[in-house]
Amino acid sequence: MRYEVRITGLGGQGAITAGHILGRAAAIYDGKEAVVTEGYSPYITGGWSRADVIISDETIDYPLITKLDVLATMYDEGFVQNLRHVKRGGVIVTVKELVKHDSQDHKVLPVPAIEVAESLGRKIVANIVILGAIVAVLGTPSLESVEKALADRFPKAADLNRKAVRQGYSIASELLASIGVSGRR
Amino acid sequence: MTQVVKAQRHPRDRLLRSERLPHIWCPGCGIGIVMAAYADAIEASGIPPEKHVCISGIGCTGRVSGYMHLDSFHTTHGRAIAFATGLSLVRPDLEVTVISGDGDICTIGGNHLIHAARRNVDINVIMVNNFNYGMTGGQHGGTTPLGAKTYTSPYGNFENPFNIPYLVAAAGASFVARWTTLHVRQLINAIKRMMSVEGFAFIEVISPCPPTFGEFNNFPEALDMMEYFRKHSVVDHNADLSKIDIRLQGEPLVVGNFVDRRRPSYQELIQETIRRASGRGEGI
Amino acid sequence: MSSGLPRPGVHFMMGNFACVEAAILAGCRFFAGYPITPSSEIFERACVRFPQVGGIAVEMEDEMASVAALIGASYAGAKAMTATSGPGFSLMMENIGLAFIMEAPIVIVNVQRAGPSTGIPTLIGQGDVMQARWGSHGDLETVVYAPSSVQEFFDLTIRAFNTAERLRTPVIVLADQLVGLMWEKVVIPPAEEIEIVERKVMDPRLLSTRLPFDYSADVNPMPIVGTGCRVNIDSLTHDERGYPTTSQEVSDRMLRYLLGKIRNHARELWMYKEFMTDDAEVVVVAYGSTARSALNAVKQARSRGIKAGLLQLITIWPFPSDVIERLSQRVNVLVVPEINFGQLVHPVREHAKCPVIEVNWAPGSLIEPNVIVDAVEVAAA
Repeated sequence: MRYEVRITGLGGQGAITAGHILGRAAAIYDGKEAVVTEGYSPYITGGWSRADVIISDETIDYPLITKLDVLATMYDEGFVQNLRHVKRGGVIVTVKELVKHDSQDHKVLPVPAIEVAESLGRKIVANIVILGAIVAVLGTPSLESVEKALADRFPKAADLNRKAVRQGYSIASELLASIGVSGRR
Repeated sequence: MTQVVKAQRHPRDRLLRSERLPHIWCPGCGIGIVMAAYADAIEASGIPPEKHVCISGIGCTGRVSGYMHLDSFHTTHGRAIAFATGLSLVRPDLEVTVISGDGDICTIGGNHLIHAARRNVDINVIMVNNFNYGMTGGQHGGTTPLGAKTYTSPYGNFENPFNIPYLVAAAGASFVARWTTLHVRQLINAIKRMMSVEGFAFIEVISPCPPTFGEFNNFPEALDMMEYFRKHSVVDHNADLSKIDIRLQGEPLVVGNFVDRRRPSYQELIQETIRRASGRGEGI
Repeated sequence: MSSGLPRPGVHFMMGNFACVEAAILAGCRFFAGYPITPSSEIFERACVRFPQVGGIAVEMEDEMASVAALIGASYAGAKAMTATSGPGFSLMMENIGLAFIMEAPIVIVNVQRAGPSTGIPTLIGQGDVMQARWGSHGDLETVVYAPSSVQEFFDLTIRAFNTAERLRTPVIVLADQLVGLMWEKVVIPPAEEIEIVERKVMDPRLLSTRLPFDYSADVNPMPIVGTGCRVNIDSLTHDERGYPTTSQEVSDRMLRYLLGKIRNHARELWMYKEFMTDDAEVVVVAYGSTARSALNAVKQARSRGIKAGLLQLITIWPFPSDVIERLSQRVNVLVVPEINFGQLVHPVREHAKCPVIEVNWAPGSLIEPNVIVDAVEVAAA
């Protein structure tokens, strides 16, 4: 099974970092194949950035996205800009506080990532909350693997990140249940 | 009764590939004098020949490396200094000397020259300046005086030349000198000094080039330019380098060991970096 | 204190980083470079990692200087490398020729971007295939490997050093922007399990009875500076003593020796992978990142009932002519997709015994599988 995810945000929001953790967790701790590619707006600072993550049980041939299973956007315009890449019935995870758009053709999960991050005392972990939500939607890699990948990349923030990723995961699981979708596909 | 003594061996034979002689240089050319001075300096340096490396670029002077019985490299046009930088970084214990012409070192290779001087790479550079591209038959270059005639400046050169010692000193070299092929003893001493300098050591050697440059610029015979050196050379180790450009119009031809200063060399700074970084690898 | 060597095991790494770790394991301790997108991560990581293992990584003033410095470092006994992209690769051509005639083992990594000229620095291209082979003037042979994944980038960097050392010649790793910047799984073996080739070094004592160059030899041992060899190494055509010559006869001997080092070893240099070619009627011939799209396309074609296969060329120079000849005798059509307007398709056509269809894709993005599928369908019809 091949999963395609795009995580996009504005400079400094940590979208790329979240993508790397996702790929790293799948490749190193879940024994999966994974590819992460990055994209940037032409502005040196302040523009959008994105990480495209492909996760698969088998060798990944074509390494770029074709149709997204999950789009996660951390800014409002990112919703519109990337909507055409999301497959019909695909999931769009948003930062609830920043993204106002909606779509009838997709399952939209507004995750209050900033609220959660602030409740943990560090607004900068909003990306990790979103990461937890993505993992809940995908069902792969395992939450444990993501926690391990976080801990080895950011050993000093392991505790904070674990809380953030778990909260994102449980919020998304509840949202999925409320719209009648089982998280682990 | 007069006895003819036939020398079987030249005193510098052990440093020369004598089987390659005679050399390709024209009668009256000054490059042989510079090569002999380099050989004398090697002998005087006390550093054994196998620890000397001679590197040249392309051109008449570029042929020096091939005549020296050392580890020698005849590289690409203009790139000798960059080549020497890589070699010397890996083997900082060796005495690396670049010998090449003015076109090679400061025109096509000018960027490498200024950056090596800026970095203070611990190598020696002997640049023989004969004011033109000799091997290709006499074209103007970055050292050709304003107004001088060559095959590519037939109406007189309309470019201003570099004042090379000024340039190299400004870029940061530890040692900068200029001598002519008339000043053999001073030249040998300067080259010997270069070999003990830590950092970029540079010498410009003004040399006659009778058949190509001299022919069109009033120095047609081998001795004409030597005579010019004799008449106009002024030794001034403390010269104001901004004022020592060469016009060949009878102005003072200022020579001397202008700069001799201690600055950290590139090799020293890199070794220091390695000391600070080594063992820091977390085994990624 | 850490050895600084990369930890064996499974890593998740950028291609450009994997290249540096491979170089370190291959024994490379000298890097000279000049920043250029999209290869700069190689240079940057070398600047961090090389000093940690006692190596040197320096920035030169341009790419001509970089390669000149590599050759100097190589003759000083070091394994040496640089990394660049199109515009820098153009500047390197001069001294790649020097490395060839001086028989200096060096490794040049070209992370290809879109060209020509400054092109699109941040996006993929495969336009330097012919330049890697023919870009430097005069007759020369180059060895060129094209990775299609981070793991291959790692493996081929080590192989590039081994080939360079064994044949005393410059070797090029022709990567591309996608392989360079993508993050992927890479398995780093324990250092002791990695085959490392070291050059044969000239024993100065032998020089009293033999000349430094023997043009009937396979590969001559290398005189390293400071060991007492005192050999002349020349960019001019040179005889068995290392002295410049204008003799056409010596030119013939020297060139046959230099070219022969690669031509005589071509078969052992050829690396390629075959996917589903056993019963294939249409085979896609691809290299680098394009091979990934091609594999996807071949699977799609199979699902539509077309007997398609993939030949992934890993060694692109010396060109694996026999591989193409052999394969083309049992298939109907070869399809050659490239992110350029027709480069490697030319030697494919030269050696193929069957029709060859080229699929061209402008540099700027990875060729899409559906474009290759379309060509395969046409070929099968």
